Amino acid sequence: MNNALKPEASVELERLIEFQLGSAEQCEAAFEALFRLHQRAVHGWILRIVRNPSAADELTIETFWRIYRARARFDPERGFEPWARRIATRTAIDWLRAQRPEYATASEFFADLPAPSRADPAVSAEMRRATEMAFARLRPALRVAATLAVIEERPHKEVAEALGISVTAVKLRVFRALRLLRKDLKNQGITP
Amino acid sequence: MKKQGTRYQGNEGTERVERLLRAALPPIGDASVPEHDLWPAMLRKLDERPARVPWFDWALMGALAALIAAFPAAIPVLLYYL
Repeated sequence: MNNALKPEASVELERLIEFQLGSAEQCEAAFEALFRLHQRAVHGWILRIVRNPSAADELTIETFWRIYRARARFDPERGFEPWARRIATRTAIDWLRAQRPEYATASEFFADLPAPSRADPAVSAEMRRATEMAFARLRPALRVAATLAVIEERPHKEVAEALGISVTAVKLRVFRALRLLRKDLKNQGITP
Repeated sequence: MKKQGTRYQGNEGTERVERLLRAALPPIGDASVPEHDLWPAMLRKLDERPARVPWFDWALMGALAALIAAFPAAIPVLLYYL
């Protein structure tokens, strides 16, 4: 049957099986197809976490490289996207761990990101900067949970799957992140 | 839709921290796309990675080299079993 006539899900499953079990040529062709299909979603997910466009490009490639290497452990029935998102999250956390906090929030990183159109005008630039810095000082595991659940407003279940933890653990991490952030801001003389 | 942020409000202070956080770091959302096609870079990465030799292969080679250095007379025996 021609691929164009098959339902999308069936073509995707076929690609996944070829990626995992096919010959070297089939595997590479399937990998390219999966890369082209999912690179945007993976890149977007990573960018949400690291908030740095050039690092997101690099980490997208690293994520797909890890996916390629780990293909033997992939379960096609569980779907490619959740698996890719989990590997992408781990890759992004590894990157965040390697960064110094002040580097991770350097303003030049945000130059290429969308303008803060939803920013609250009542919050001063100084307060924003202090919050950014305090947030960057949090452990990456807490920061990522808070970024995805609070800033990006992703569902807890999705965040839990991406982090490989339970929904309760996500809520706990977010709660701890917010509490530590509040404490840090208080220490700076800012009462949120 | 009810905002997820409100689920963490143990008190008003926490809610304010959430608001402050969103003001400081606005959401990126779904709008982001890579500036260029990343596939050529992916191909370069796939090509540049040399095949990794497992550590136990290196250990085996080391043990064999040590054996040959210590007992050169064992070379014909090893060749016999190859």
